[in-house]
Amino acid sequence: MTTENKNLDIKVEYVTRVEGHGNIVVNVKDGKIEKCEFHVVESPRLFEGMLRGRSVFEAQHITSRICGICSCGHSLASIQAAEDALGVTPTPQTIKLRKLLLDYEFLDSHLLHIYLLAAPDILGVPSFVPLIQTHNGVVRRALRMKKAANDVCDILVGRHVHPISAIVGGFTKLPSPKDIDAQIKILESMADDLAETLALAKTLKFPDFHRETEYVGLVSDDGEYPLLMGDIGSTDGKRIRKADYKKATNEFIDPRSSAKFTKLSRESLFVGALARFNLNASKLHPKAKEVADALGFKPVCHNPYLNTVAQVIETVHCYYHALDILKDLKKTGLDYKQAVTVGVNEKGAVPVRAGRGVGSVEVPRGILHHCYETDAAGIIKQADCIIPTNQNINNIEYDFAKLLPEIITLPKETIRLRLEMLVRAYDPCISCSTHYLDVTFVD
Amino acid sequence: MKTENTPAPAAAKPKVAFFDFACCEGCQLQVANIGETLLDVLGAIDVVEFREVMSEKYDQDYDVVIIEGAITDHHAEERIKGIRARAKVLIAYGACATTGGIPGMKNSFVLDEIRASVYGKDYKLFDSTPTRPIHQVVKVDYYIHGCPIYPPELIEVLKCALRGLPYTVPDNPVCSECKLNENVCMYERGVSCLGPWTKAGCNSWCVNNGNICYGCRGEVKNPAKNAANDLIAKYNLKPELIKNKFDMYNKCKEADTK
Repeated sequence: MTTENKNLDIKVEYVTRVEGHGNIVVNVKDGKIEKCEFHVVESPRLFEGMLRGRSVFEAQHITSRICGICSCGHSLASIQAAEDALGVTPTPQTIKLRKLLLDYEFLDSHLLHIYLLAAPDILGVPSFVPLIQTHNGVVRRALRMKKAANDVCDILVGRHVHPISAIVGGFTKLPSPKDIDAQIKILESMADDLAETLALAKTLKFPDFHRETEYVGLVSDDGEYPLLMGDIGSTDGKRIRKADYKKATNEFIDPRSSAKFTKLSRESLFVGALARFNLNASKLHPKAKEVADALGFKPVCHNPYLNTVAQVIETVHCYYHALDILKDLKKTGLDYKQAVTVGVNEKGAVPVRAGRGVGSVEVPRGILHHCYETDAAGIIKQADCIIPTNQNINNIEYDFAKLLPEIITLPKETIRLRLEMLVRAYDPCISCSTHYLDVTFVD
Repeated sequence: MKTENTPAPAAAKPKVAFFDFACCEGCQLQVANIGETLLDVLGAIDVVEFREVMSEKYDQDYDVVIIEGAITDHHAEERIKGIRARAKVLIAYGACATTGGIPGMKNSFVLDEIRASVYGKDYKLFDSTPTRPIHQVVKVDYYIHGCPIYPPELIEVLKCALRGLPYTVPDNPVCSECKLNENVCMYERGVSCLGPWTKAGCNSWCVNNGNICYGCRGEVKNPAKNAANDLIAKYNLKPELIKNKFDMYNKCKEADTK
């Protein structure tokens, strides 16, 4: 350790280019690391409390507003929990359309993260704005692809931020044959840009850092890369039914820091693209497997910075998976009688019962759980939402603890950037945070 | 301009900053969703702060600030007052900022009770005040309603704000747009909808896609009370059902003093 970093004090208030508010605090005194923490400072919005007394049919609309980036994912987890509580089984057509919606969510969110949030670090600039001058073509491509992902979502569910037509029971509006064609056309128009994205991905260099941890995500027995449905599995061999999701999230308080942490088989766990890749790489679309091979990316990968690379691979998977679904729908056609009108179900279109339901869905940042308990009228008595970022914070701190001694001799600014990059690699979505036990504000 | 010390080319473009408070940040995301048009917008303004997508910081006065989110704790209250003091023009952006939005649902509960329901006995570790839209804390110059905002309206308001022209939020009900879009009335389809009481300007976005209006753009200034009573009678609605629906986005309105 060099003398210049014997005393190091880093405080990053409001980490930028992430969703929500988080701070990094590093304190090194006389060569000893006293503190290296990631704090969540999001204003609590008390979603779980606000859901009480609301109809389970309103839960999708409300919980979609937990997060603007993952609003489709929250909608799908919410719908799954509500239908589980009500005992509603979605039709195969509805499941297919929900999988398509989730593919779009991944495309949109991963592209945003890869290009606008993560890439500036790798290219050494503070944001995409300077890239407008230096890498105009790349920025234009990013915005074009982002818009395309957004446009297909608009056609399918009305809009991407807070989807309109995906509700409990199915879809309020089903895509017409023209809508299916339009989505295929938009996706196909992205092909060249996607190829350019892969070429770009091959040139990106990431910090070399490894730490073994437990990777957690959905697992299933069929051959499809599980995103919408499955059990909760881990690289340490755990398999848990979603009804028992609390066993997989084990929320606990740690004296090291103030946020509510999660663990499963060891001190911390990782959820997100890298976890899914590590668990289910063999089930990726053949086109995505080709890309993984070309990038030399193999499970199990222990470098959290490469979560961004796993996102690139998943972008390819979701792109081709979505196209497959669309072409299948084009061939078989849709049953338009399945369109639903529910509102808050005031006319009793869906039978209601008292119950408890869990929705466990992979969203871009990792596995997301919603759980509702309802009374006989379908009114929510108790709600619990466990978001991916919440599950990753503990892992981020363990990464910090291993990373900091490895980079302590580097200039202070480089250390700060490496730590920020690590946080951003997890693609945290802090505004999603629905509950934390305590928060420490940095002066 | 107060930024006269900055070099001429940079000072020529208005300095615009985005700030977020309690919200889902989806309205910020709507900015990225306008695609390459964004580069045209960025050609006309100089975005100096936008934490969600930029690391750059700025320490001078702003020509225009765009505020997303509601005020839900003391720290936020101090922060928005500081931002207002440095801003020539303030735009409240999205339902949370303009009406309190979904975070305003909190105000339907006893504050300490709902805090304890989520955080348990240590709830006081999290500061929390009743939810307030921005205009209940500082002066607001322009409103862009909606959850999320309707992108064409963002461009319209920006054009007005940058030229110093007034922008009038439509004050006719969503039904006026819904009829032009030839949707079958949701009441005729058997479910209640807040369109008759909610400000238009979204092009009846939700009803076009088969859902109901949830009232995210706020109540019209002068709702047709007799027509509403007729509607409630005709469809045999429980007034408390409508009130409950309204409270999803419009609970904070009760604190408006007028």
